[in-house]
Amino acid sequence: MENLKKTCLYDKHLQLGAKMEAFAGYEMPIVYDSIKNEHLAVRNNVGMFDVSHMGEIIIKGKDALNFVEKLFTNKVHTLEDGQVAYGMMLYERGTVVDDLLVYRLNSEYFFLVVNASNVAKDYAWIVDNTEDFDVLVQNVSEDYQEIAVQGPNAENVIAMALGIDLSQLKFFYFANYEYMNHHLIISRTGYTGEDGFEIYASKEAIREIWDKLLEHDVTPAGLGARDTLRFEAALPLYGHEISQDITPLEAGLKFFVKLDSEMDFIGKDALIKQGEDLSRRVVGVELTERSIPREGYEVYKDDKVIGYVTTGYLSISIEKPIAMAMINRPYTKKNTEVYIKVRNKMIPGFVRDKKFLEKKYNKTKGA
Amino acid sequence: MSKLVEGLFYSKSHEWVKPLEDDVVLIGITDFAQSELGDVVFVDLPEVGDNVSSEDEFGAVESVKAASDLISPVSGEILEVNEELVGEPELLNKNPYENWLLKVKLENPDELGNLLSSEEYAKFIK
Repeated sequence: MENLKKTCLYDKHLQLGAKMEAFAGYEMPIVYDSIKNEHLAVRNNVGMFDVSHMGEIIIKGKDALNFVEKLFTNKVHTLEDGQVAYGMMLYERGTVVDDLLVYRLNSEYFFLVVNASNVAKDYAWIVDNTEDFDVLVQNVSEDYQEIAVQGPNAENVIAMALGIDLSQLKFFYFANYEYMNHHLIISRTGYTGEDGFEIYASKEAIREIWDKLLEHDVTPAGLGARDTLRFEAALPLYGHEISQDITPLEAGLKFFVKLDSEMDFIGKDALIKQGEDLSRRVVGVELTERSIPREGYEVYKDDKVIGYVTTGYLSISIEKPIAMAMINRPYTKKNTEVYIKVRNKMIPGFVRDKKFLEKKYNKTKGA
Repeated sequence: MSKLVEGLFYSKSHEWVKPLEDDVVLIGITDFAQSELGDVVFVDLPEVGDNVSSEDEFGAVESVKAASDLISPVSGEILEVNEELVGEPELLNKNPYENWLLKVKLENPDELGNLLSSEEYAKFIK
């Protein structure tokens, strides 16, 4: 695996016996012991992920607020300082450049967290659009490493292991903290459907925090479990549910697009137009026979292909074969009987909502 | 280190074959295969009475992450499938050499000669 980048925790993954694979130009841990155990640790207790490969981009300057508003599908004006928003950047045609988190430090300073595989593309896209704006754009991905600590015991274990009290940190807010003289940014965010936190810091700090959390029996979890967890929570993954060929409306992510606001953003016109005549949408599909729907498998109605699986698993938490699938209308209606072709066998199933699992975000803190 | 059992025949697609009596064999997957797969969550097996042919796909073993085709190391008729694996696919992780997939009546017993010995397979997976 030459020419692949390594995160600052690389040696620790090897010591833990992780199975490493290439992902977004990095050599990343896919699984340490068992995807199932790592998944369940996050659902029932607490797990941690090395997500240092994620990209970080800073936008600052006099026009930062208006500039981010122009690039980002979700509301930025109404964000408070210290608040985080999930949304996307779109092309003019309404399809997705990337999905990302926007951290608002203040109206002249934003911290963007983007997908590892898209950092270079995103940075170029952002810079290309700066023309009339007084802003400075910096790709600081090398300076920030990241650990996600996720699960119902995340808050407790961080208090015990790191002595950091996050009880007052609200859902989708962040703040600055200190640990052993290191500066940390911590947000109450994640990609698992559980309560949890994302910690951004320097290499040295992240290495110390990782060891400390391990001492407190936090289960290291790989990208394998990260995907099964985000899937059950019906969270999209770039290249699957969203891409440069898919719009947020098709992906069912309207909630994160400020179509009702006065604010213009790149791609808005295309979405308004598409909203009147959406031809396909990402829906949930559940199979009624034991089988596993995998990404790319075709979805059928009678003899006709009506879509494809974007992500599918034999769900670990609810133990059912379920998928997210891009399906043509009108077959997107709930309870439509469909088939998924698995190794030349037609396996029956039905269209359902994507609420595979009740999300357990903690939205009560610090109110 | 992957476990091996002497006296079995092995294929390059990581199945093992155990000869019983009267040209009947058991077919399973190797310890190397189960360890590469990780948690096995589903096994898709053919029906009793179907035929398998050497180097053809006859089903799949699926981990959380991916489906992996099962390739038959021999040709013949399926006498039995291990139904226990349907309810407990994780048995393949626990003991891949005890938990066979198919019992097959060989069409051409000479085909066993095309397979690897345990020593050859050990070298192959090194």
